[in-house]
Amino acid sequence: MTVPASKSGIHKRVVLAEADIDRALTRIAHEILEANRGSRDLVLLGIPRRGFPLAQRLAQKISAVDPAVDPDLITGQLDVTMYRDDLRRNPTRSPLATQLPPSGIDDKVVVLVDDVLYSGRTIRAALDALADLGRPRIVRLAVLVDRGHRELPIRADHVGKNLPTSSRERVRVHLAEIDLIGGSAVNEVVIEDRL
Amino acid sequence: MKHLLSTQDLSARNALRLLNVAEEMAAVGQREIKKLPALRGRTVVNLFFEDSTRTRISFEAAAKRLSADVINFAAKGSSVSKGESLKDTAQTLEAMSADAVVIRHPASGAPARLAASGWIDAAVVNAGDGTHEHPTQALLDAFTLRRHWAKLDGTPSAGTTLAGMKVLIVGDVLHSRVARSNVWLLTTLGAEVLLAGPPTLLPVGVGAWPCTVYYNLDDALAQRPDAVMMLRLQAERMNAAFFPSTREYSRRWGFDDGRLALLDTMGLDDTVIMHPGPMNRGLEISSAAADSPRSTVLAQVRNGVSVRMAALYLLLSGDSQDDPQDDQPENQADQPDQLATTPEGRTP
Repeated sequence: MTVPASKSGIHKRVVLAEADIDRALTRIAHEILEANRGSRDLVLLGIPRRGFPLAQRLAQKISAVDPAVDPDLITGQLDVTMYRDDLRRNPTRSPLATQLPPSGIDDKVVVLVDDVLYSGRTIRAALDALADLGRPRIVRLAVLVDRGHRELPIRADHVGKNLPTSSRERVRVHLAEIDLIGGSAVNEVVIEDRL
Repeated sequence: MKHLLSTQDLSARNALRLLNVAEEMAAVGQREIKKLPALRGRTVVNLFFEDSTRTRISFEAAAKRLSADVINFAAKGSSVSKGESLKDTAQTLEAMSADAVVIRHPASGAPARLAASGWIDAAVVNAGDGTHEHPTQALLDAFTLRRHWAKLDGTPSAGTTLAGMKVLIVGDVLHSRVARSNVWLLTTLGAEVLLAGPPTLLPVGVGAWPCTVYYNLDDALAQRPDAVMMLRLQAERMNAAFFPSTREYSRRWGFDDGRLALLDTMGLDDTVIMHPGPMNRGLEISSAAADSPRSTVLAQVRNGVSVRMAALYLLLSGDSQDDPQDDQPENQADQPDQLATTPEGRTP
């Protein structure tokens, strides 16, 4: 599916549509349950901004499989702004809220959830942030898109889609919870390339 | 923001951003590990030419919670008492590569001089200059008020303003930098500010300020304020007879037990009493008022650390020395990961 280049000279290509995202999340939810042998001690922490709605969606799917799970009680948000290694190289970022589930993260199986895995630096920051908040038994990583170009020895345990990309391209994830495009809520993953 | 010198030139956007960041910093204060690595390796110098307890400790705690190194410099016991000028002191700090200088000075405008002179490259934070401004105190007052206001509304405080709030500032406005900073900031944030004090302790030109002035505390209280901020009577700056006796001052302008009871009889159950500290108990505020459930004195101190963490973070993180980003919408955290890590991927 190719959208013609817009006037600004940016070439856009939709690589995952709404149904693809949904299927990928359903599979990841099952993978998480399989790897954990059930829902015991599971905590899903989304990394703002788009990791959090993804974590909520995964929790919904997990509770659909295991009705004993209350999705709100296993989902949280982990802000990593203050732990980034590029704070001095970029314009000032405002930190967002960190909200842990009431049970905390000590001795839990924490699944970090993010939209795009790229350099791995966000996940490095997330691991540092986690260490300041408690001591999980296991930390796993689930991402919707892995686009390669890792700069750190980090890999994801659960991947929605591996997308080979050029580092010139940008991968944009749009989620209905956050993104309004042209006034309507959209779920899609787009690759943008400047021509 | 490169410096934090006054609240008069602080835009509503920047003020709200700082308060919102402070909200997240407050959450860190609730954790077991109250430390963030954001300013690791940066040096913050506390340059205090005037006595201070809570402001200096608060800045020190804020810098340490952000993992910055802190150098405390008090004019007493330093070369300043040997006659060293502000310029030479500043250049010494520059040679030690300070990243931020938190300065309190008896002369109004000293922080602005430091920031504009080119003596020093560091970010300058005004921690009180003469009778000019004390911006972080006003910000922590606004933060305290905003939390109170949002709690009454039952909404989360992040992102909200003080619109509709009525704040009464009472006492020695003439010598008070806290009052000045609060007048500018609270009006910027949408609150209505009322001043009350004896005419001798109100500055010339107060009529041009964006607030209503009352010369009788009970008339001002009849306006049903949502918060009453008592100012400290600054005896150390008083070189003239501003009022006949402290007893008369306390009776006419002090928040005493009678006025505390008056708030109850007026049905102002949600009105809070603020004081920037240090308090002269029995003079501008009675012990019963200072220790009542309405008093926010300790909350103000607690919030001071969060607000100063936010100020230091916003001044010291980021690459831009003269920031063109300052007026961009606040969606930097919204950018996908790849933007943050590849210079070539950044928007032109």
